[in-house]
Amino acid sequence: MAEKIATRVAYGQALAELAEKYPRLVVLDADLSSATMTKYMASAYPERFFDCGIAECNMTSIAAGMSTCGLKPFINTFAIFASGRAYEQVRNSIGYPHLNVTVVGSHGGISVGEDGATHQCTEDFALMRQIPGMLVCCPCDGHEMKLAVEALINYEGPAYLRLARPATEVITDEIEGYNFELGKGITLRDGTDVSIIAVGIMVPIAMEAADILAAEGISARVIDMHTIKPLDEELVLKAARETSAIVTSEEHSVLGGLGGAVAELVSEEHPVPVVRHGVNDEFGRSGTAAAVLKHYGLCAEVLADKARKAIALRKVGLNQNK
Amino acid sequence: MSKTTSKDLAIIAAKARLLAVKAVYNASSGHPGGSLSCMDALVTLYFKEMNIDPENPKWEERDRFVLSKGHCAPALYAVLALRGFFPEDELNGLRSIETHLSGHPDMRHTPGIDMSSGSLGQGLSAAVGMALAAKVRRMDYRTYAICGDGEMEEGQIWEAAMAAAKWKLDNLCIFVDVNGLQIDGKTADVMPSEPLDEKFQAFNWHVVKINGHSFDQITEALAEARTFKGRPTAILMSTTKGKGISFMENEAGWHGKAPNAEQFAQAQSELEAELQNLGG
Repeated sequence: MAEKIATRVAYGQALAELAEKYPRLVVLDADLSSATMTKYMASAYPERFFDCGIAECNMTSIAAGMSTCGLKPFINTFAIFASGRAYEQVRNSIGYPHLNVTVVGSHGGISVGEDGATHQCTEDFALMRQIPGMLVCCPCDGHEMKLAVEALINYEGPAYLRLARPATEVITDEIEGYNFELGKGITLRDGTDVSIIAVGIMVPIAMEAADILAAEGISARVIDMHTIKPLDEELVLKAARETSAIVTSEEHSVLGGLGGAVAELVSEEHPVPVVRHGVNDEFGRSGTAAAVLKHYGLCAEVLADKARKAIALRKVGLNQNK
Repeated sequence: MSKTTSKDLAIIAAKARLLAVKAVYNASSGHPGGSLSCMDALVTLYFKEMNIDPENPKWEERDRFVLSKGHCAPALYAVLALRGFFPEDELNGLRSIETHLSGHPDMRHTPGIDMSSGSLGQGLSAAVGMALAAKVRRMDYRTYAICGDGEMEEGQIWEAAMAAAKWKLDNLCIFVDVNGLQIDGKTADVMPSEPLDEKFQAFNWHVVKINGHSFDQITEALAEARTFKGRPTAILMSTTKGKGISFMENEAGWHGKAPNAEQFAQAQSELEAELQNLGG
């Protein structure tokens, strides 16, 4: 069994590790530093850590002001508050002036678990993706997260980074030829019958689904799409051309996130079936992370079903064309 | 600029009022009322108080300014043009698709704008961020902001007020333009925000109350803020919405309405008479 670490923990460690190398980095939090894991930064560099209290909107606009004066703020709270409560501050204070701030939404998706629907955010990709010029990133494991944090420190412009609460398997450290670059998806496993384009904690689950499909003789490609915006259009269209069936998988609403982004592109540029795997149009609920993920079908078995559906739809399309 | 007298400032302010109202008239839309009420503070900031260089608007050591009540952009644009950040004739393109002068301040397109603003309540937080950055970077610039009294109804203002006091931002000084009116009527009726002095004091700010149309008082309050250590300063300035144009004064209806040709002609003649009185 490979090492397990939550992306939020890897994120918090990365900030503290990189702070010396990047003196303009400052970190803001809204009374959640022991959950968002900015506590490592707070104890290592207290003069560059600012607890804004339970006032997310203020934190967001403060960061905007700081960024105009030569600093690189990373602001931290749960995804629901970062993208939801402070949406208009992200849009108007950071997005519209295209400021150099990274908005970090921890505890994204439904794997928040026990806290339930008020704290489970399944809309952040859609909300953040709508803001012109906003980069949207959600690494799939702790290894990828550390690379993403450094890339974002060096990135100039508004960005949204989603972290997950539960510890998950690290898979990208052993992939041959793995290379992280913002805006460039990574083919973790090649395949010819269907492409699974996944983000965040669904990436390791997509690898499991590919194993299930392989046992049936179905060759599934798995793409780690850590950056939802700007979308790696070239890689998506290559998958559409080469496998003619696509499944998207995300711990997010099926409306407006990765599935939306891929479907929008594919329908305009190279129409093939795109089946979206994610949370249907409903709120989350309390339970352990594993139980909640299972309840909403965010597991390898359901994802494999979606892949079979995409392949079947392609066949329907081919027959209709005869 | 420190030798600039109150009379000099009054002349500049009369010119700026005329430019701002003319810009709104040309655009057929905009916010004259609040632009006129905060004009004297703006003129004092840009022509006496702030350490800035119109030739180098992004100079790193400059003092910063945020127009948190961003709808009063016509006033800020007029002052920036008079101060030399861009040519005066560009003011005629206010709110036009052809120009850089957006309906609300846009730092990406207008020289001299330090922060995009317009969504009420956010500008003060941005100013807190700028002042905090000065402390982090051990820089000496000061940060100023102008907020509206209606804007005090936004909860984020008080979040920012708490934060500024927490970090002892004595390099931050704000004006609250207390003109008593907002779109829907009297601030006291729409949502009473007074007593603002006691509120800011309770939030651990240093508070100064002045007449916002007295250049002597504005200058003195700014000097006091500059020397007051350990707390941010809020200058609560009592003002007249629509100040300087008789038919706009104290009329909520002039919050966001452009004058017609006849009304503009009258405004122009009143402001030109004022200029003549001042010998400007």
